[in-house]
Formats: sequence, C-alpha cells, structure tokens
Amino acid sequence: MTLHEGQKDALVAVPSIPRDDEGPVFREPWEAQAFALTVQLHERGAFTWSQWAEALGGEIANAGPNDPAENYYVHWMAALEKLTAEHDIVPREEFLARKDAWDRAARATPHGEPIELGRETNSHD
Amino acid sequence: MAETDHHHDHGEGSELPDIALRVKSLESLLIEKGYVDPEALDLLIETYEHKVGPRNGAAVVARAWTDPGFKKHLMEDAGAAIASLGFVGRQGEHMVALENTPETHNMVVCTLCSCYPWPVLGLPPVWYKSAPYRSRAVGDPRGVLEEFGTQIPEGSAVRVWDSTAEIRYLVIPMRPEGTDGWSAEQLAELVTRNSMIGTGVALTPEQLEASQQA
Repeated sequence: MTLHEGQKDALVAVPSIPRDDEGPVFREPWEAQAFALTVQLHERGAFTWSQWAEALGGEIANAGPNDPAENYYVHWMAALEKLTAEHDIVPREEFLARKDAWDRAARATPHGEPIELGRETNSHD
Repeated sequence: MAETDHHHDHGEGSELPDIALRVKSLESLLIEKGYVDPEALDLLIETYEHKVGPRNGAAVVARAWTDPGFKKHLMEDAGAAIASLGFVGRQGEHMVALENTPETHNMVVCTLCSCYPWPVLGLPPVWYKSAPYRSRAVGDPRGVLEEFGTQIPEGSAVRVWDSTAEIRYLVIPMRPEGTDGWSAEQLAELVTRNSMIGTGVALTPEQLEASQQA
C-alpha cells in the first residue's frame, strides 16, 4: 500500500511514530483510530502538521524521558483532544459530556449487543 | 444435524477502558460534525489491519501443532501459554483456546470492538464488528461460513462462541494434511486470521503455494 500525502506528512512531522518500513504500526485498534482521525482532520484543514507536531511533542515532553514507549498513543490522544478543543472543533465540555454518555451506554448495554447512544444523541447512523 | 451453542453467561453491561471511551467519544463527535467521514476512516484503519498482524496468533497455533507440551499448556491456560511466547495484552483479558476437531468446528463472534484478542490477532476486520455478522453467525453459522467459502462437513458440529470483555477466544484450526515434518515457521504461514476466528480453516500447502505465486 502506498501512503497518501497526509500519512506521509504525519510520519515526517513526527519522526518518533512507531513504524516499520511500510508505515505506522499499532498495538491496539484505538491507536489506529486515533491515528486515522488525526490524518483525516489534517486532510480537511482542521490544523497544520506543524501545529500537530507541536501539540504531540508537548505531551511527550511533559511525560518526561522515562515514559514507556507504549504510552505513545496515549499522548497522541491527549494532544488530539487539546488541539480539537483549542481550535473549537470539539469543545472540552462537549467531549466530556459525550464520554460520559458512552460510558453510561456501555455499562447499560447487555454484552454482545452493539453499544449505542440513546436515540436523542445518535444522529449518525 | 449441526449443533449451535451460543454461550450467554454475561448479562452485565460492559466497562470500556477509559482510552477507548475517549477515542470513541471524539470519533463520534467528529463524524457528527462532518469533520471525518466514517467510510474513509474505516478504509484507513482497514489498511492497517495486518500491521498489528495475526502473525502472533499464527505462531501460537503453529507451536501448538508441533509441541504437545505447549498445546497442553495452551488448552489449560491459554493466557499463560501465549504470554510465554511474549505476546501479552494490556488489559489482562482472559484467553481461552478452542480446538477444532473433525467433530467440532468453533467460530467466534462479538460486536463490541473491545472483545477481540488484539495481542494475537491484531486489529479486527471491519466485518467482524458489524451487527449483521454477529446476528447471522449465531442464527445461521453454516450460511455465514459458506459465504466465507468455508465448508464444514455435515457430520461436524458448529459451535458459536460469543466473546466477552473478560474472555477472548482463539480458535486453533486443524493442522492441514500433507504437512508432516514442516517446521513451526513453515506451518505458521498456513494459519490465516480467519482460521483463528473460525470463519475459515487453515490453508493447505497447495493453497499457500498458489497464494505465494499470485
């Protein structure tokens, strides 16, 4: 598979991204989801890669030199939350309310059934 | 007749890990606001399905085929046996190995994207997370298997296992004929991801050769 431009940019801008010869590698699906969200937001002009690299770099720097490598995408996600809030794409309060809603939905959903938000908030089927 | 056991020992709701909730929340908001396209997102993720790779699981299966001591350990305590090969999950989930035999074919379903043994199977395929797959797999497992091009002999039972947030299953497919004397490394090439979910069986040596020439 050939990386498209956004992904190439991602790799150039953040050289420490876990990767092999063909591209990024992920430990768990949410890592790939966080990566894919970021690539798409950038492609749609929500932020530039230098803004992204700065946000991610800040999170990683704050974690200090002894932070384990497997936390990479935890920092990635923290940076993405901050950047989307700063750019007024997803305000922090809205994000926290949604997270709470998903948490309650997950706890209320019998196992084996898809977790879905209540009809009143679920507008993307 | 085929027997379908659908295990339902879990009435409780699910607790998703905090980080998974955060990703899901941001993702759903960004989709609703039109910043990301869910299909493009799936496509991007699908591209990387093989990157976490089912290779770890294939190594586990091949080892079980060639090392009776490991196989015994795997069937008794899959988590510990898999960890002994260095494949460790982050959430401490309980792994159970299901051995396919001429009498019984095992197949695993779940719609929660948290219910998949990442450390051994990598990212789940998009169809695995779809509601139609799960409901049809439970109601008509042979029909689903046929769509995957998998024929299970009439005399064999098909058992469907619903994985939970606490228990993840790894299907150990039957070792193909004509592989006597193969090394574990060679055998691992025959073990596909679908054979470890139970929607397929392991490749035959001929199928492997054909796929390598393609």
